[in-house]
Amino acid sequence: MSGPLLRVEGVTKYFGGFTALAGVSLDIAQGERFGLIGPNGSGKTTLINCISGSLRNDGGSIAFDGKEISGLPAYRRTRLGIARSFQIPRPFGSMSVLENLQVPLEYVVHRGALHTADTRGEAMQILETMGLADKAATPANGLTQVQLRKLELARAMASRPRLLISDEAMAGLSSSEVEEVIAILGRLNDTGIAIIMIEHIMRAVMRFSQRVICLDAGNIICEGPPEAIVKDSMVQKAYLGA
Amino acid sequence: MIPRNARFWTGAAAVIVLAVIVSLSRANEYFFFAGFVVLQSVVLATAWNILGGYAGYVNFGTAAFFGIGAYMAVVVINATGAPLAVQILAGAAVSGLLGLGTGLLTMRLRGIFFSIATVAIIFIAETLITNWRYVGGATGIQLLRPPLMEPFGSYTRMLFVVMAVLAVIAVSIARYIETSWIGRGLQAIRDTEEAAECSGVPTLKLKLFACTVSGALMGAAGAPLPMYLSFLEPASSFSLNYSVAALAGAIIGGTSHWLGPVIGAILLASVQQIVTVTIPGEINVLVVGVLLVVFVVAAPDGVLGLLRKLRGKLRRPRAPAESPS
Amino acid sequence: MALSFELLQEAVLFGVLLGCFYAAVSIGLSVSFGLLDVPHVAHPAIMVLGAYCTHLLGRYGWDPIAAGVALMPLFFILGVGIYRFYYETFEKRGSDAGVRGLAFFFGVAFIIEVGLILAFGVDQRMVEADYIGRSLAIGSFRLPWRMLVAFGVALTLTAALTLYLSHTFTGRAIKAVAQDEPALRLMGANPVRIKQWAFGIATAVTALAGAMLIIVGPVEPSLDRVYIGRTFCVVVLAGLGSMTGTLAAGLILGISESIVLMTFGASWAPAVAFGLLLVVLGIRPQGLFGR
Repeated sequence: MSGPLLRVEGVTKYFGGFTALAGVSLDIAQGERFGLIGPNGSGKTTLINCISGSLRNDGGSIAFDGKEISGLPAYRRTRLGIARSFQIPRPFGSMSVLENLQVPLEYVVHRGALHTADTRGEAMQILETMGLADKAATPANGLTQVQLRKLELARAMASRPRLLISDEAMAGLSSSEVEEVIAILGRLNDTGIAIIMIEHIMRAVMRFSQRVICLDAGNIICEGPPEAIVKDSMVQKAYLGA
Repeated sequence: MIPRNARFWTGAAAVIVLAVIVSLSRANEYFFFAGFVVLQSVVLATAWNILGGYAGYVNFGTAAFFGIGAYMAVVVINATGAPLAVQILAGAAVSGLLGLGTGLLTMRLRGIFFSIATVAIIFIAETLITNWRYVGGATGIQLLRPPLMEPFGSYTRMLFVVMAVLAVIAVSIARYIETSWIGRGLQAIRDTEEAAECSGVPTLKLKLFACTVSGALMGAAGAPLPMYLSFLEPASSFSLNYSVAALAGAIIGGTSHWLGPVIGAILLASVQQIVTVTIPGEINVLVVGVLLVVFVVAAPDGVLGLLRKLRGKLRRPRAPAESPS
Repeated sequence: MALSFELLQEAVLFGVLLGCFYAAVSIGLSVSFGLLDVPHVAHPAIMVLGAYCTHLLGRYGWDPIAAGVALMPLFFILGVGIYRFYYETFEKRGSDAGVRGLAFFFGVAFIIEVGLILAFGVDQRMVEADYIGRSLAIGSFRLPWRMLVAFGVALTLTAALTLYLSHTFTGRAIKAVAQDEPALRLMGANPVRIKQWAFGIATAVTALAGAMLIIVGPVEPSLDRVYIGRTFCVVVLAGLGSMTGTLAAGLILGISESIVLMTFGASWAPAVAFGLLLVVLGIRPQGLFGR
């Protein structure tokens, strides 16, 4: 396939009189590692909510794999191959960790006729790559913060995505835990999955991403390789408020 | 998986066979009169649990679906005189449609907003029926029971068996939903709807499905009522007592497993029947409210939760409790 | 069913009186549910309880309004107790508070209702006072004094609560707790105590609303059912927690109900509130005057 995996063009989103996204355009290639940064309230989460379908964009177009998706409900987008993790973890609290993964396995990967035993094995495999295998039987609402972040990523992975959006998966984690999550995302990327990383921890974004976009007040103010972004005066201004 | 299924279906068949045998025996007529009510509350609690327990949408509108089911039976009797089976199917169909409509209207509502909307459905349905002369209006309608069907010795005995069959059907449907991928999807909706949607669960479709099935089963439970009472009037058919009883039965028994509403409804309805016989007045209704509040506060996982805890304690006196799977 | 201009005028006038009364019976819920986010479906049942207490005091010769005022401190304590209990058992434990909290209040409402049936029977009860049963004639209209008294009390109550919430320190704290609990915590205030206080006030106000309920007409234990529709209709239509919105929404409901009453008859009136509620929930859940 020659075109970009995801093409966002002139996307706008308003909340009442407030402009959250003022015409954002970006392309993401197959298997790309992409960083999305910006100060609080700059529209990062709104943008990925529009991409994943939790919100509908008011204007512009969003195409995945060449197909317009901006009118589709979120579950259809997940089935097409867009998965996301939530900034504040939203586990299925009454289920075990393993069952959490069975939801996307049953609703995305093995729709229709299926046997419960099959998805258990598959879910277990994903948990192993995430280092959560020993927690498979634990109820999800009994996990620690790091484990919850990993569960978010594991559940997103269980829908076998081609694009994974990781929304601040590292906020509040210790530096060794941050390393762990970066390593996991790196391994996922090695299997060909494109990743959008939204993060406040600059060090992590800069190390991970091949290309970075900085949002401010609903506009893209800067785009380029990580090294260029750090030096950009607009970015510094947006972050430091000079 | 297969032996468990076999056990369930053997049990289901046994319940029906037992109901038929008892109905042919010389048991006191009152037993069937009370048994009908107990089985009816099993159907209602089970139906309530599909939406309320599995998906976490608290429906206060059981009375609306139940009452509409009963009145559809009256419409069928008035218009065609068709037999009970047709009346039940009609009641289920119309209440199912009402459930679908409720779902469509309230699809954006969660929590208390959804619940209050379902209370509104009761009053609107009741007002419509009250003002509909064809089915008797506010004063109600007297109905003639058709001639007896062999081999049953009385009409109440036959209705008892019919309700037993409905209960088995309702529980089988609830169990199927619970153990299939639909059940896991509803559970995901209950836990966090947004994450469910992003995990590929078509939340709207599943909610509409649950509303429809739940409503249809409640309507089916209501359809035999006109023949059971040989009289029907709106105020008691749309009584909020049905809503409270259905919700209380499911919560008292435990909402996470199909067996919960069955245990809860049998327990609650039997206690009510016993109280009705021993103490006159409204105490039997008070029992429902008090038990509901006590369980919600002290044993949120219901009788099933208590049993599970007890079993855990007996098995391993000191080890930390493991999650039930 | 053509409505003559004269009749329409009368319907609107009566609707305004009725509307103010509906605002007053809903204002407690506007605080407890609208501001504090408690799924208080037992609000109408507590109001009916207040009406029966007023009836009881009336037997000893109390004027209904005096009785309602006297009941307020008692109901305040009741409200504090209910909130404390709700907080300890549901809110504090967090998860699943929704389903269980709703079932809890639903059960409480049911217990109050059946308790009243056991204590007083299902017959209608009323109170006696000089202003009940007489009418004031203005031109060709005859306005019942009981409605006018309820109207006066309702306006006073709504105004007092609105002023209290916007002009006193505690009142503003109650509004703040609704909007930003963490911020309030940072300022050193204890949100639970403020909510407890607010719920107490909401319940006290409901006692007076109960007194008005029995002034306006005879009550029966199951009266709370139809008031679930009326009070929630007003509070949702108003936009949660808006006091002036509550008054406006009450008027909308009162006038619509009064017009339906005069054109289609009494048997359709109870459906007006529920129908309006469904329409608002279906089209604009944030209400007409919502945040």
